[in-house]
Amino acid sequence: MMSTDEAVERGEPVLSVENLQTVFYTDKETIRAVDGVNFDIRRGETVGIVGESGSGKSVTARSIMGLIKSPGRVLEESSIRFEGEELTTKTERQYRNVRGSRIAMVFQDPLTSLNPVYTVGNQIKEALRLHQNKRGQEATETAVDLLEAVGIPDAARRLKEYPHQFSGGMRQRAVIAMALACDPELLICDEPTTALDVTIQAQILELLQELQDERDLSIMFITHDMGVIAEISDRVNVMYAGEIVESAPVVELFEQPKHPYTQGLLKSIPGNQSGGDRLETIEGDVPTPNEPPTFCRFEPRCPEAFDRCRTTHPERIPIETSTDEHSAACLLYPEDERRDERVRIHREQSENGPASGGEQT
Amino acid sequence: MSEGTASGESRVTADVDDGETLIEVRNLKTYYEQGGLLSSRPVKAVDGVDFEIKRGETLGLVGESGCGKTTLGRTIIRLEEATAGGVYYDGTDITELSADQIKEWRRDSQMVFQDPESSLNDRMTVGEIIQEPLDVHDWKTPEKRRQRVRELLETVGLREEHFYRYPHQFSGGQRQRVGIARALALEPDFVVLDEPVSALDVSVQAQILNLLDDLQEEFGLTYLFIAHDLSVVRHICDRVAVMYLGNIMELGETEELFADPKNPYTYSLLSAIPEPDPTSAGERITLRGTPPSPTDPPAGCPFTTRCPMKIRPEEYADVDDDVWNAVRVFREVLRERSRAERSIRDRARETLGLHTRFSDIDEITEELFADLDVPSDVQRHVDEAIERVSQNDEEGAQEYLESEFGSVCDRDPPADHEVSETERRSHCHRHGDDYADPASVTRMDI
Repeated sequence: MMSTDEAVERGEPVLSVENLQTVFYTDKETIRAVDGVNFDIRRGETVGIVGESGSGKSVTARSIMGLIKSPGRVLEESSIRFEGEELTTKTERQYRNVRGSRIAMVFQDPLTSLNPVYTVGNQIKEALRLHQNKRGQEATETAVDLLEAVGIPDAARRLKEYPHQFSGGMRQRAVIAMALACDPELLICDEPTTALDVTIQAQILELLQELQDERDLSIMFITHDMGVIAEISDRVNVMYAGEIVESAPVVELFEQPKHPYTQGLLKSIPGNQSGGDRLETIEGDVPTPNEPPTFCRFEPRCPEAFDRCRTTHPERIPIETSTDEHSAACLLYPEDERRDERVRIHREQSENGPASGGEQT
Repeated sequence: MSEGTASGESRVTADVDDGETLIEVRNLKTYYEQGGLLSSRPVKAVDGVDFEIKRGETLGLVGESGCGKTTLGRTIIRLEEATAGGVYYDGTDITELSADQIKEWRRDSQMVFQDPESSLNDRMTVGEIIQEPLDVHDWKTPEKRRQRVRELLETVGLREEHFYRYPHQFSGGQRQRVGIARALALEPDFVVLDEPVSALDVSVQAQILNLLDDLQEEFGLTYLFIAHDLSVVRHICDRVAVMYLGNIMELGETEELFADPKNPYTYSLLSAIPEPDPTSAGERITLRGTPPSPTDPPAGCPFTTRCPMKIRPEEYADVDDDVWNAVRVFREVLRERSRAERSIRDRARETLGLHTRFSDIDEITEELFADLDVPSDVQRHVDEAIERVSQNDEEGAQEYLESEFGSVCDRDPPADHEVSETERRSHCHRHGDDYADPASVTRMDI
């Protein structure tokens, strides 16, 4: 973790996602799983992406990794720039030089990323062979170092074991070791601790922070757990139905959530209640984004909704005219304008095309 | 938060203090026998637990996966056979019931399962699913059964027209409502809720927790609430039992236990929860390693292998923490290795004297102790253990290390000590007179 000021000084983002649209075409309908997402990740920074299931967090991660397969497609208007290089136009072959070596990913369930019939050592060495051309004794030594770096004792013996002989936390450590094998600049973690117990989760979060400090890693951390987000992120993007509805530095997001969805999400956590015995809830369920946004997708569940919310698509813009660190996609903002004026601003930005509008850098 | 606490307490006094005991669990053990040629050691999923559940209360059961909480819940309502001990409900021992009596018992006790995807039959309509327990128990007339299902749908916040729909047409939260309606169909007194909200999103989770709260009030239900999410438990439970490796480590009233945990395990577990507040600066104890295997639990305290407040023998009280930790990891590695499976090739090579599993013991000692300034008396014992290991006497080495560096925590299971005026119990040697209380131990960085 580092302070936001420091992050700003580091200048150019490592990863810059602009107007990312990932669409799945099924017989029944077209699902706009990720619908116009914009965000940046700077060097050494941890960006959290939080949202409920179906909000498009994982599809965002997979789009960046170039893992979207038919019937899904990343639309042409989308741009994903990694260290100044456009990824969306790469061929599968070109993508392989990026995926796994410069951007690595850790998935939720370590068992699905480990092959049960090969030893852990074999799998780490495979990554080393493919991406760094290390073989034999050299590869074994590097693999031992990697396992030690992720806190697995007795590493030399552990290399010869199979994934089923590892405990859950240990498996996730091994997966992280594999991800680190090629010294990536960006690590995408998709719910890496969701399948683990709290005591093991604490170990993994601690490990990720240590590794980040040592290697100056940029991390994109996806989770639905607000506690984990609060602990690990520098900056948080809140996703809802394929869109980022709010983006802010972590402390500000928790202290002054602006979007009604973020507010509801924080209030529904047990132990975060303002009073009384009952939990505050957000009624209803996350909708499936299957049509282009000409309205606010949160409107049916929103306690603050008014008639314009059904006809105007809210663009993500700064919550006040004086800030560009904190933005929300809601007709209630910018806060310092009158309602008519706010609606007009959002309308205008929608018409000018989402890519050009109000993105903070 | 403070208001929440106050209302939580008032609920405790209203329901529990004057409440009678509904279920009494005495020295309950559930072991699973492993069918195997090479090992016959049973999995000790529940290893001797004692507690009561009072009428109308919600007792939380928390712990990491594999600690035996689900097995305990299932054993209480007789979905698993107990190995020893008893579960008394109105004076009847549930573990002794005959097959006919079990069917009767099912009217009083029900279960809601964790995963609403797999616990509902996809080929039955929601109406049929909820009606099934009524059919099985031949409840009144078919006409009245259908009527009852309609009422139940409404009770759990679904609509009458949902009767003819199939589970896949519902969201996770709605499916869990169906599971709850099915559990309530026979008007049970006691419901085991096994992680009922852990598969749900937070906003939906809150809806289900509120529903469970309402139902308890309306029907006077008693809950055993199994969960690993401690914030949920804190919200809904009157009392909490903390489980580790088949044992209950601490049991007491929720707010008190969360605010002032007495047992080292509870303490560590609570400190591991990430708070939804980026500015919180709570002291975190990160436990090393993972729980030991329930086939081979430690002889003494179950938590001894990971305990940050483990009692040290007096002669080593001043040893540097890093050195002490290296010794601990060394013992853990030996333990791990003796448990690791050997391939047939390894066994053959060992018999031929070509190779031992411990031939690389030097590497691990190098890894652990090389950078440390190890006092000579500690080094002497470590060397002696290494010597035994290289003579292929792994057990001897482990025993030697235990006799040298072990303490009461390794040798004897702790007793339950009463640690507060509200009859809170904690399972730790440190509550005994001879040792410093866990709360006063500052050596938390081990």
